Amino acid sequence: MRESLGYGLMLFGALFDLFGCVGLVRLPDIYNRLQAATKCVTLGTCMILLGTLALCGFTAVGAKIILCIIFVLITSPTAAHALAKASHLSGIRLWEGSVCDQLEEDKKL
Amino acid sequence: MKKTVLFVLSFVVWLFLTAPFHPQGVDWQSFGVGLVVSFLVGLIFGEMFTETPHKFLWVSRYLWALYYLPVFAYACLLANLDVAYRVLHPALPIRPGIVKVKSRLRSKSGLTALANSITLTPGTMSVEVTEDGYLYIHWINVLSQDVEEASRLIVERFERILERIFE
Amino acid sequence: MNNLLFSILVICSFLCLFRIARGPTAPDRTVAMDILGIVIVAFCALKAASSGMDYYLTIALAWALLNFIGTLALAKFLEGRGFDE
Repeated sequence: MRESLGYGLMLFGALFDLFGCVGLVRLPDIYNRLQAATKCVTLGTCMILLGTLALCGFTAVGAKIILCIIFVLITSPTAAHALAKASHLSGIRLWEGSVCDQLEEDKKL
Repeated sequence: MKKTVLFVLSFVVWLFLTAPFHPQGVDWQSFGVGLVVSFLVGLIFGEMFTETPHKFLWVSRYLWALYYLPVFAYACLLANLDVAYRVLHPALPIRPGIVKVKSRLRSKSGLTALANSITLTPGTMSVEVTEDGYLYIHWINVLSQDVEEASRLIVERFERILERIFE
Repeated sequence: MNNLLFSILVICSFLCLFRIARGPTAPDRTVAMDILGIVIVAFCALKAASSGMDYYLTIALAWALLNFIGTLALAKFLEGRGFDE
């Protein structure tokens, strides 16, 4: 029971990682890539860690896994935010098919 | 007060890292080292840590955080299915753009948590946060360019809970 | 089962490496490096689960933190401003 739960979580996590990396290759500009990759890879990695937790149980290892999940959940969106801000400040335009860029409009004022 | 909060927090992290409570007995050596080290950390870095330490003592904030967890996990799962659909679709159905939304939150930790939650939930990613509570959000499928309407669609559901946790 | 999971993660790493080699701008490469770091954390967790050696999780923890710091440093560098803002 516990093994099948653990391996199921790990399989779904690895698949989400794969979708995120496919998005990293397929999507047209840096903001879309950042968006798809950060979301999918963060949740995928958290699911793999949860699967490991289900396999190991709440021992000394389990405490480390919980700490690792908290770190990944806090640091990965922060890194994505920093990168998006940096690339917008360094002057990278949005994709041609984009609808609007209100940050650019507000920066000009 | 600030130093005590940081001492307790770093000691809890140390306990998670080293896990000194075995079934065979307690590893007093690493327990003692952790006490000394987190005391020093609290003494030196306590002033930089937080501006409002009394917020750590309200129990209701932790209960709201527990309630926030399943809400956030559900939104996160939806976000991943959404991204998987958009990425695997042969025609790439995206209409990206950067919109501006307004938030009622004022505290720095609250705005940080809001920006991080927005990044992990369906189709949105925070690009810039200003001091007076405006967020610029990259939206993969722009539904509305109006500030009020976009705020209602993106920010509203997290703001109600985060307000009770961080404000 | 373990082999399947490992091969999925290896494909992920190769897609990230493709983006690092191909990426037209510097931020694209930085994004791919950040994602590669998180994939490596997942790799360490899988290795810990399959081999039963728990020190791989310590590596994963340290890797997550160092990856975050490295990405922040690169982002600040691309932004063209100082660190003490």
